[in-house]
Amino acid sequence: MSEQQVKKPKRPMSKSLIMVRQQLADLYTEAGEAKARGEKIGWAASIFPQEICETLGLVVLYPENHSAGIAARHQADPFLQRAEGELEYNNDICSYAKINLSYIDTRNLEANNMPLPDFMLIANNICNQVTKWYENIGKRYNVPVYMLDMSFNHENFVTDSRLKYIRAQMEDIIASLEKLTGKKFDQDRFREVMEISAENKDLWIKANELQANSPAPLNGFELFNYMSAMVCCRGKRSTTEILKQLISEIEEHIEKGDSTYPGEQKYRVFWEGIACWPHFSHNFKVMKKLGMNIVATAYVRAWALDYIPGDLDSLIKAYTFTPSNNTPIETLVERRSRDLIKFKCDGMIYHLNRSCKVMAMQQAEIQRRLTEITGVPYVSFDGDQSDFRNYSEAQFETRMEAFTEIMDQHKAVREGK
Amino acid sequence: MANLEARLKEVKTIAKSPKAQLKKYLAAGKKVMGCFPMYVPEVIAHAAGMVPMGMWGAQTEQKLSKLYLPAFACPLMQSNMELGLRGTYEGVTAAMIPTMCDTFRCVSQNWKSGVKIPMISFSFPQNRKLQASVEFLETEYEHVKSCIEEILGTKITDEALENSVKIYNEHAKLMMKFAEIVPDHLDVITPTVRHEVMKSAMFVDKAEHIEIMKDIIAGLEARPAFNWTGKRVVLTGITAEPESFLKIFEDNGLAVVADDLGQEMRQYRTLIPDEGKTVMERIARQWNNRYACPLAHDEEFSRGDHLLDLCNKTKATGVVVCLMKFCDPEEYDFPLYNKQLRDAGIPSLSLDIDQQPTNYDQARTRLQAFAEIL
Repeated sequence: MSEQQVKKPKRPMSKSLIMVRQQLADLYTEAGEAKARGEKIGWAASIFPQEICETLGLVVLYPENHSAGIAARHQADPFLQRAEGELEYNNDICSYAKINLSYIDTRNLEANNMPLPDFMLIANNICNQVTKWYENIGKRYNVPVYMLDMSFNHENFVTDSRLKYIRAQMEDIIASLEKLTGKKFDQDRFREVMEISAENKDLWIKANELQANSPAPLNGFELFNYMSAMVCCRGKRSTTEILKQLISEIEEHIEKGDSTYPGEQKYRVFWEGIACWPHFSHNFKVMKKLGMNIVATAYVRAWALDYIPGDLDSLIKAYTFTPSNNTPIETLVERRSRDLIKFKCDGMIYHLNRSCKVMAMQQAEIQRRLTEITGVPYVSFDGDQSDFRNYSEAQFETRMEAFTEIMDQHKAVREGK
Repeated sequence: MANLEARLKEVKTIAKSPKAQLKKYLAAGKKVMGCFPMYVPEVIAHAAGMVPMGMWGAQTEQKLSKLYLPAFACPLMQSNMELGLRGTYEGVTAAMIPTMCDTFRCVSQNWKSGVKIPMISFSFPQNRKLQASVEFLETEYEHVKSCIEEILGTKITDEALENSVKIYNEHAKLMMKFAEIVPDHLDVITPTVRHEVMKSAMFVDKAEHIEIMKDIIAGLEARPAFNWTGKRVVLTGITAEPESFLKIFEDNGLAVVADDLGQEMRQYRTLIPDEGKTVMERIARQWNNRYACPLAHDEEFSRGDHLLDLCNKTKATGVVVCLMKFCDPEEYDFPLYNKQLRDAGIPSLSLDIDQQPTNYDQARTRLQAFAEIL
């Protein structure tokens, strides 16, 4: 075998990545053990105020994260088929939901299984489909479904009446969970959880913002791997440790002037939307070949919930207004235009996600507005967060190749060539 | 009093030409409020002296809407965007747009970006069991009211609201009465006629429609009950249109004896209650009392029971699901109520509803087969 044919050895997994994977595996183990002890287990929407559950000491799992994992490991097919066949769910609905509504009946993966829920926690700040999805589980498994209606914000601020309404619901849910689980809500512990969560939020923002460096210290896709810590464990000390480790690794790269991105970073891009989990490696492979690195995203920052520990109203405002799916388009555009400039983006990639209507149905208008404000060019591709069928490798490759030419033209104009 | 035949002819004309109704009201110096689906507080606009008119799309080709929406947006929202962008709604003073599903959230943002008609937007509370949700909706409705007042430069008094509530409740009761007696008059009230009566209500001032409904009901009650020997079905979904779709039922001897359609009885089966400290609180409470609707979160999931109840009351032996394409709230409900129907021995058939010019050949074949098994 000649020297050229020898495959480059894979970069060893970073310590922080090993930690985050272990954290998630531990969470599933903990849930299984708690269930076996007869404790009540919850399933929650991804941006439900975990502070409530953490304060009560309840083990809660996150079906969205779980479905994404199934899709990323290419195990989604039998779940999707069963959902659309025997279970009569329409092909049109969210693929996270389809996978989960099918998985719930069998719960038999090699690892990371979710015990059956004893209660469901809805927070519709992400979308409306999660409401319908959890209604289905509530009905099919006869478990209580607690609704925290975050109410879409038409204004560019949280109205007092919305705040009051959400506060009343939170109080009601806390009382219901106390009654259901026999656990007590302790205000001191609540404050402590808020403090931990706020620190984790700061660390998460910092890790993301270090990508503003040139070259960006991380292969941007890697940040998606840490989302489980923010989605499932953002009120836990273990997340603090993971994020501190991640930041120290990132800072080491900055100091050395290198990056986990393999090769020259010719184009700095903003990724709009959820990762295309079933084709994560193909996305990366194509972008790597072209020298494109993700330096900014809006999606991962949806978990950077900014509030003052001890101030319940500020927590409520953060939960209803941080996810862009729950804000008016002006707010959404303003946040992205700021990041496009801050992270010195050459282009923006839009994942037109077949599963996520709330992200897809105004994407065209977002594209127009952002390009007008920032002049940053964009490209979009058809994909899906967890249904592998809604994607074409050829389309992705062709679009990305063409996009590099557009970004080159813009660069040339910018540099006066 | 006009006779039954004349009134049925009248509702047909109205249902077929909302544009003519719009022109008629504008010519009479009236202001018209566009009402997106579903449950928008028409009564507030009515109290301001406006004529609320439904905006439920149309059979139309999508061209301009593609600038805003991908192909997997529901046809109803695509059509509303298309007609809004094209200027078809010209003359409408404003449009009330709630955010009841994911597509709706975005359509409200797209509308204000591209359509010239001002939008009055608000959110329905989805946690409907707490008193706080009523208070929240009252505030949302107060916002709607102040938007209307600002646009018109008038004040809406409580007295005017009370009066409009009376009219709306009287109208809803008549719609309930009509729905109740339809199964006894299936010779006259074909699926198409039933739909026209329902649909016409969206394009006529409710005070006028009360008179129409009184005549239709009186006309029907004056006739002997008709012994329908054909088959009876219940419709469920958002809409059951166009006429060519309903014609298939008639061709196959299927009578529509009840509906659970967003465009039809779902709107009318819940009155504005008497309980409430203020008239606005009463209007808000109506939302909390609504039931069996995929757009209103329901902890108990009462839709399956409601469909079974409709079948029992009307002696229907089957349910036809009129599934608005890409309507995810409807899609999520289907497996749940379908299981209940199956367990009760009631067969169902799910047919896609689109608003693009299309033929319903496939639906025809499937309905024929369905009629045979009933």
